[in-house]
Amino acid sequence: MLILNNIPALLVAIPLLASAVVSVLPSARIAWGVAFVTTLCCLYMAFELTEIVSASLTLSYAFGGWEPPWGIAFVVDGANVHLVLLVAFISVIATVYALTTLKHEIAVEDLPKAYAVWLLAIASLFGLSMTGDAFNLFVFLEISALSSITLIALGAGQDRRALLAAYNYLIIGAIGATFYVIGVGYLYAATGTLNLLDIIERLNEIGTNQAAVTGLAFMLAGIMVKAGVFPVHIWLPAAYSFAPSAVSSLLSAIATKVAIYYLARLLFGIFIDTTHLIDLFLLFVLMPVSVIAIFYGTIAAIFQIDIKRLFALSSIAQIGYITFAFSINTHSGISAGFIHLINHALIKGALFMAVGIFAIGIGQRATMNSLRGVGRQMPITFTGFVIAGLALIGVPLTAGFISKLYLFKAIFETGNGIYVAVIAVSSALSVLYLWKIFEVMWLQEPLQPLKIEKEPVLACVSLWLLVFTIIIFGIYSAGVSSYGMNAANALIGVR
Amino acid sequence: MSSLYSVLLNWNYIVVIMLMMAGLYIIISNQNFIKKLVGLSIFQSSVFIFYISLGKVSGGTAPILTGVSDTVYSNPLPHVLILTAIVVGVATNALGLALVVRIHEAFDSIEEKKLLALKIEDGHQENEQKDNKL
Repeated sequence: MLILNNIPALLVAIPLLASAVVSVLPSARIAWGVAFVTTLCCLYMAFELTEIVSASLTLSYAFGGWEPPWGIAFVVDGANVHLVLLVAFISVIATVYALTTLKHEIAVEDLPKAYAVWLLAIASLFGLSMTGDAFNLFVFLEISALSSITLIALGAGQDRRALLAAYNYLIIGAIGATFYVIGVGYLYAATGTLNLLDIIERLNEIGTNQAAVTGLAFMLAGIMVKAGVFPVHIWLPAAYSFAPSAVSSLLSAIATKVAIYYLARLLFGIFIDTTHLIDLFLLFVLMPVSVIAIFYGTIAAIFQIDIKRLFALSSIAQIGYITFAFSINTHSGISAGFIHLINHALIKGALFMAVGIFAIGIGQRATMNSLRGVGRQMPITFTGFVIAGLALIGVPLTAGFISKLYLFKAIFETGNGIYVAVIAVSSALSVLYLWKIFEVMWLQEPLQPLKIEKEPVLACVSLWLLVFTIIIFGIYSAGVSSYGMNAANALIGVR
Repeated sequence: MSSLYSVLLNWNYIVVIMLMMAGLYIIISNQNFIKKLVGLSIFQSSVFIFYISLGKVSGGTAPILTGVSDTVYSNPLPHVLILTAIVVGVATNALGLALVVRIHEAFDSIEEKKLLALKIEDGHQENEQKDNKL
């Protein structure tokens, strides 16, 4: 019972403590073992959490017995309970993947410390997805940023440009986080509280207030930097393309998603919109920006030769789809956004894993030239890669199709035909860059005989676990879609 | 006139805005990676001062119980928050400086223009290497 009652706190505390233990371990294998067991524990607790929350709808956990709004509270409700499960699931799979891939990319003596930072990143992502305290969120935001930056900089063993990518992320991320803190300051000045639920109540009492609006604007700007929303995404492509592949798949799958979830919570869950400022922001800022992001990311990906950078750019487009769904500003729009949030995490995690296995197989960076004919030599990885790629386009029987289906449903409810064209044309364009890779890898002959290493078994297992999940969610979509509904219910009320 | 007077009376917020803009300007305009980090700390410090100003109640003393019933206390919460934010700021700066050391080792420069040129050169070299191999 002690464990069940304290799951929200333990989900953060266990990886945090384990990271301290791991950092002093002498051997990389033992360090990995501890990290793996830790993430497994977290997955178990996340499962228990979903059961608790599905029974009681909202779980509020008060730290140290200090009741909110005085103490720090973790709040788990319909909007984030499956996000916690996603973070736990991806972190287990990415940790399995890291065992066989990270040693190719990072010096062996650095590995235990790399796993320590890895666990730190996971702990902060759990914290980000559960905290109900505006300032506590900033602390987790910075822990996640600093640990991600360290993990990205570890790619320097392979390519020194990783250091520049990490430095850029540090500067841009710190400006974003500081903007967020300014916003929290304004909101605190207006309401006198930091607890998100309490802020809603106080804002209800005092009505729309200039300071609160300014604060919200600053907070949105800061969170958008972390989420990689279009005009402030510039740190993202370089960071994901130079990071070690296990890190790329962990971060691209869940780090931006957690920020997007909080963006949705800020947009829909907190502010009582008496003057329709949020409506105006969604219609005139977020929607055009998302459309630009969708086309910019897709078209830039078409002309990209480096595969990892290509998928980082496609991430910007996919984040564009999520924010586009939010900007429709209806119940079904928000649930479509959350459905795509889950599906894209699985798809992009799988794609980055596959690219990492290819890069290890050929012993150099994966590009359009170096991957010629590799598909036939690494069939297991390639099949998984193709399925994940098809899911990214939105082919039926994959999770990506379900995302697009709910997105179209949300658009049809608005009755605006232009949006249908946006999604259809951009999906067609994404066929271009994926087909280009498939063709190079399967149909073209390698220009020189390839010396392919054997496909690492554990990495393939983790890739295929994600691919199976993508297929299962494509056929049996009730779980994900009910999460979308629950999230929208929790944020804007039951419709 | 009265609005200008009230702005001048809250001169601490003017200091905050000036520091904030100075910090951001240094980050954007400066070529040197260490100076950019200095700009970042100035930017962060301006937010610290903003929070500390928020917590100050005019005529209020330090929030320690005095036993006198009508004592006015300053709000301690923003000050405590800033203690946390300072720690975060120190960590960010430390990591940033560590990265600059590594960048200097790897590229032999910490000037943005030169690094950008080196980065583009790296990309070209990579492509050429591949063309030679092919």
